[in-house]
Amino acid sequence: MDGLSEARKGIAPRGALEARNTDTVEFAAATPEAEQPFKELGLTEDEYAKIRQILGRRPTAAELALYSVMWSEHCSYKSSKVHLRNLAPRGAQTDKLLAGIGANAGVVDIGQGYAVTFKIESHNHPSFVEPHQGAATGVGGIVRDILAMGARPVAVMDALRFGPADAHDTARVLPGVVSGISFYGNCLGLPNIGGELSFDPCYAGNPLVNALCVGVMRHADLKAAVASGLGNKVVLFGSRTGPDGVGGASVLASSTFAGDAEDGSVGSGGAAAKRPSVQVGDPFMEKLLIECCLELFAGDLVEGIQDLGAAGVACATTELAAGGGAQVGMRVDLDLVPLRDPSLTPAEILMSESQERMMAIVTPGKAGEFAAVCAKWDVEATVIGEVTGDGVLTMTWRGGTVVSIPPETAADGPVYSRPLARPAAQDELAADGPAMPRPGDGAPLRQALLALLGSADLADKAWVTQQYDAIVRGNTVLAMPEDGGLLRVDEDTHLGIALATDGNGRYCRLDPYLGTQLALAEAYRNVAMTGARPMAVTNCLNFGSPEDPGVMWQLAEAVRGLADGCATLGIPVTGGNVSLYNQTGQMAIHPTPVIGVLGVHDDVRRRVSAGFGANEATIIVLGETRDELGGSAWAHVAHGHLGGIPPAVDLAAEQRLAGLIAVAAAAGLLASAHDLSDGGLAIALAESCLRGGNGCSIDLDDVSPQAFTALFSESAGRAVVTVRPEQAAEFAALAHSHGVPAAAIGTVTGDSLQVNGQFDIPLDELAAVWQGTLPALFG
Amino acid sequence: MARVIVDVMLKSEIHDPQGEAVLSASHRLGFGNVTGVRQGKRFELDIDGPAGDAALARAEELARELLANPVIEEFSLSFVE
Repeated sequence: MDGLSEARKGIAPRGALEARNTDTVEFAAATPEAEQPFKELGLTEDEYAKIRQILGRRPTAAELALYSVMWSEHCSYKSSKVHLRNLAPRGAQTDKLLAGIGANAGVVDIGQGYAVTFKIESHNHPSFVEPHQGAATGVGGIVRDILAMGARPVAVMDALRFGPADAHDTARVLPGVVSGISFYGNCLGLPNIGGELSFDPCYAGNPLVNALCVGVMRHADLKAAVASGLGNKVVLFGSRTGPDGVGGASVLASSTFAGDAEDGSVGSGGAAAKRPSVQVGDPFMEKLLIECCLELFAGDLVEGIQDLGAAGVACATTELAAGGGAQVGMRVDLDLVPLRDPSLTPAEILMSESQERMMAIVTPGKAGEFAAVCAKWDVEATVIGEVTGDGVLTMTWRGGTVVSIPPETAADGPVYSRPLARPAAQDELAADGPAMPRPGDGAPLRQALLALLGSADLADKAWVTQQYDAIVRGNTVLAMPEDGGLLRVDEDTHLGIALATDGNGRYCRLDPYLGTQLALAEAYRNVAMTGARPMAVTNCLNFGSPEDPGVMWQLAEAVRGLADGCATLGIPVTGGNVSLYNQTGQMAIHPTPVIGVLGVHDDVRRRVSAGFGANEATIIVLGETRDELGGSAWAHVAHGHLGGIPPAVDLAAEQRLAGLIAVAAAAGLLASAHDLSDGGLAIALAESCLRGGNGCSIDLDDVSPQAFTALFSESAGRAVVTVRPEQAAEFAALAHSHGVPAAAIGTVTGDSLQVNGQFDIPLDELAAVWQGTLPALFG
Repeated sequence: MARVIVDVMLKSEIHDPQGEAVLSASHRLGFGNVTGVRQGKRFELDIDGPAGDAALARAEELARELLANPVIEEFSLSFVE
């Protein structure tokens, strides 16, 4: 293989290790009674027995490591798979889908020959252990997922949830997470165009760091993660493999999981030493890897490709081999894997989560060209094996065979139908609606608005978003604090894509089915507010322990809600990620499905912003306002209360609203559009005033007879838009024809938020309250 | 008045992309004999009072809390006269 580096020289001080037995397949077959540390690796007795049954012998240390990571909850989705099947797109949902669930990320046709791929993934646990590196490598991992589909990554977003804003540990975790995201994303040159930030005691000790990436490609560039072609080369390229995050995917974290031959357990095939679970990312290497891969794709030099994420080489080899079909096998020589630390054992090489690595399948005839492209980008590339026709994944190390398994048995993993039960306390929770005294009028309402606006959840996020580069690459049209991020895809046709992520743990705690649909509805609405048409959904399901039947019920309900919601809206779920075990002791987080929606914008020059920019424009509330305060921001902020039922969901109404906004935006009728969600109309008005630098004069009577309900109810399916006076009649007719209730409630004017008969708040005062919170907390 | 030196290094098993970048730059500049680089930080703390165990203990506390990230870094302390 010209140019590709040969077997690494000077691999290790072999003498030190040869004294011990390598745990080869032959040795394993001869020593069936050897004790193996399967429990420390996170496998159950049953799972270990199943592995022995599959292999007809005990696994070698390397095989045990491989199965342990591949069968971990993180990689196998063993608890969630039975439910996730409900998300498979059906019928009309698949019309625009080029690749769906199961691929690294779903791919959607957005027209004009373009395809878009996007996905959101969790990096919760690593971000708690080491916030900066954990969050940074979360960005790096999702970017490689998108790259592996053949797309150029074009933007990222982050949905973040932390413990109480004023908690001591939040002061450690949040700044670290934000600096990690900004460090990695900014160095990589990818704009961060939005996301979420919220706080709740349930996330103390279990912060949620969910990273989304979106990529764009031409239809023809779509790549598959399969190995094919007898004799094709298996190439590992990118960073070297080191002792990073070994076993991070399984639950071992802190145990030394194999002794040496002396204590009767398996020898040097096991992991020798306690290894760090912290992975350190290198965004500059990732940037090289991106450009290198895109040139490889352009030259048609790869047959199949897979990124290395959790479970590293173990995952990439088994998934590529299993993806190739029953006859496809793979032979890998682990001695050829370029190592940063020569003392790594085969098990560690397989489990290492070293960052910035990819694996490609390359025909022998193109190997030279492949190597030349990698050399040009300073990316180390090494042939470590080849595709075989025996249906077996075989790995050798120092002359012995250390892995010999049917790859699909590792890739598919077990499937559990875990017990689920609606928690008994659920009814009690639903019955405990927010019956607290409500501010009646004037000064108390004013005070309630300011308290909400200055709360950590609703305050200005600039302290965070200013650390992110939102405009690098020059195609960002809208970014935080707008409702959705909007990117230009084509400079000539002005085709664009819009993205938003939403989740509301409080709603989901009250009713996971409705709460998930509310998150879907909000993300859908946020995308629509830019003028885009929502097209596809990704999701990151953050839950507690699947071994708790109550948590499993939440998960099942959330998935059912998402599946039903997407079917009603006619848009597919293209992929996602599940993060379980987000709990400390018996305290699980609120069920927190984070839903990402992608939309297509036909002409980004017609995008709509949330700010009140046009003086004297008419302010219109779209949708119906009911008295819905269960799980609301008001109940949370003013009373620390969580109970009742969340707002009703009407997805048909959401569709009508989105349709109206798209048509009105295209016709140039909208001066602004902002969705109503947390904090209701009060917060939306304040945000639109501050964003646009204009005040407003409002009458609430046509929203609701109670001023409090009008201001703070969180009824879904609503938006506040502004329309220039001369276009108001045309817009009203359009709203009517779309079946969207529209109430003119005031005018953009002056420099205060004035609610007639109630209160008046100067913009300066609003701004001070809104902008002061995060800097006061985090410097 | 005492001066405490705090040297902070990434733990040996932690990936050091900056060190690797310095290593490859060294090679480009013709220093082919350099075979490995690890990059760290050095702090010089001027401390009120005598150079004794108490001062060292306080400096160690500071290092643990602020100067080093004990999850991925290790540090050492020493006095200079």
